[in-house]
Amino acid sequence: MLYGLMAEFDNPDTLVAASRRARQEGYRRLDAYTPFPIEELHEALDAHRTGVPLLVLIGGIVGGLTGYGLQYWVSAVAYPLNIGGRPFHSWPSFIPVTFEMTVLFASLTAVFGMLALNKLPKPYHPVFNAPRFALATRDRFFLCIEAEDPKFDAAATRRFLESCAPREVTDVEQ
Amino acid sequence: MSPASPEIPTDRPPLAALADPPVIAPGHTFATITDKISAIVLTRGTPLGWFVGFAIAFAFLMMFLMAVTWLFIKGVGIWGINVPVAWGFAIVNFVWWIGIGHAGTLISAILLLLHQRWRTSINRFAEAMTLFAVACAGMFPVLHMGRPWLAYWLFPYPNSMSVWPQFRSPLVWDVFAVSTYATVSAMFWFIGLIPDLATLRDRSTSATKRVIYGVLALGWRGSARHWARYEAAYLLLAGLATPLVISVHTVVSFDFAIAIVPGWHTTIFPPYFVAGAIYSGFAMVLTLAIPIRAAYGLKDFITDRHLENMAKIMLATGLIVAYGYSIEAFMSWYSGNTYERYMYWNRLTGPYWPAFWMLIATNIVTPQLLWLKRVRRNVPLLFAISLVVNTGMWLERFVIVVTSLHRDYLPSSWGMYYPTMWDWFTYLGTLGLFVVLLFLFLRFLPMISIFEMRTLLPESKVKE
Repeated sequence: MLYGLMAEFDNPDTLVAASRRARQEGYRRLDAYTPFPIEELHEALDAHRTGVPLLVLIGGIVGGLTGYGLQYWVSAVAYPLNIGGRPFHSWPSFIPVTFEMTVLFASLTAVFGMLALNKLPKPYHPVFNAPRFALATRDRFFLCIEAEDPKFDAAATRRFLESCAPREVTDVEQ
Repeated sequence: MSPASPEIPTDRPPLAALADPPVIAPGHTFATITDKISAIVLTRGTPLGWFVGFAIAFAFLMMFLMAVTWLFIKGVGIWGINVPVAWGFAIVNFVWWIGIGHAGTLISAILLLLHQRWRTSINRFAEAMTLFAVACAGMFPVLHMGRPWLAYWLFPYPNSMSVWPQFRSPLVWDVFAVSTYATVSAMFWFIGLIPDLATLRDRSTSATKRVIYGVLALGWRGSARHWARYEAAYLLLAGLATPLVISVHTVVSFDFAIAIVPGWHTTIFPPYFVAGAIYSGFAMVLTLAIPIRAAYGLKDFITDRHLENMAKIMLATGLIVAYGYSIEAFMSWYSGNTYERYMYWNRLTGPYWPAFWMLIATNIVTPQLLWLKRVRRNVPLLFAISLVVNTGMWLERFVIVVTSLHRDYLPSSWGMYYPTMWDWFTYLGTLGLFVVLLFLFLRFLPMISIFEMRTLLPESKVKE
């Protein structure tokens, strides 16, 4: 079964141009594969709204509240100790740990949130079946239009991709 | 870089670019960068020097193991610590190591946020240095506890004893700061490695390597949608690591500054500790970068400009440290406090005077050579200065810990501290651990970020 059509490009310029054209043609189920991040590509594929910052904000707020709440509960409720006559709820002393917990939770959310949104780790993916796809982590740039796209048509899509000046266009099996 | 003035044709490089050596040698392409860096790990084989260096470091690591085993059997009495100097080498080394780690985070996070593109070729191994230095640092407070097997008591967890940590103590803040720092540094490093691990997976010729790097790469395929989230997460991590690194050494300085011991109880400590940490960290990056780039032929990527920039940062942070020392001296006089005055006079002329004056010579006087461009461009001399600064920063922590503690308020409780051979074995042993980890890293992982190096090439910029 066909997963999609993969076009291989020599440089980021032709890839970005092809991605823009593909979006204009109405293709929506498509993705590009590159050896380094390309800002223009995120826009061309309408992928720049990532959802990561919001998750990190939530993670940080939860971390801060957890840190402060933990200290308040431990110092004022569960195990109140008189330390040099300070109040049990001595908030200035709780700031460093609150800060560290905010950073810790936000960072954990950034890393695991990014991996989860990217659906990684993923041991198998059809694009690896494309010949020469190993070069996507070296010096080649790929654009794949997936067969699930409503506008996908094996012959017409191939013609379209071949008009974008690729090195070659290949079928990607499922 | 300033915008080109109208009479200069736009196809000519601006003058500023001609004056400085480039951050990457000319003539490279995406393919040559990838091949050159990945070949170190995949195809070039292990140089003989690697085995020699590894063997020496491993011997030191075994010495560490022996010292720690003896410590577990006999207890901290084998060290030179006593009352009044209960914090000897262990805390000196802890602060020294954690400070060294800070340059890695500075290079990878703060210089990223400031768009300093020259950081690209040094950030990966600087981050590795951070991680290994924090591992070494973390050992010392645990070993110093006397009953290291109960180290988990430091963390708040529901327990059958119904006791909890005392959150008004800077030592508990330190537990949170250092463990957060270790976690975030490890994640930052690993996230940065994922695309390069995918490169290694795709370029390895043996099935075993492909499986190992493939598992570590988590199935990374360079999808543009993934890159978008990846970049967002990486930038946010950098933004989070920046205040974190400053907070860590601030909290470390609180371990001293919150106490009332003369010589510790001062508000200048947080900024001057942070500057000192970055100072020693950059010295360590130079100590590592200079031999590594020579041994692996990486002068195309780690150019003389990198070394010069790091020398400049060392000079700047070294001057902040010098300012810290002078304010300490000034305040001990200006405060009119007898104990403070005595403390400083004791540093200058007391039994530990050689440590103090060596500290001034190594940390303040020697780095002034870096004002000269000739010195900053002289690689062997730069290497020597970096070693001197590393020593100086170690002496700084020795002076702060030992001279402050050994004579405080009551002359009847004064004492002397002399490190024993077990102190030295433990300290030199962590140097062994650090170098062993570093050698393994150099051998099995790409020491320069391949995907970020690709973005330094002009071809990576999309021309509309």
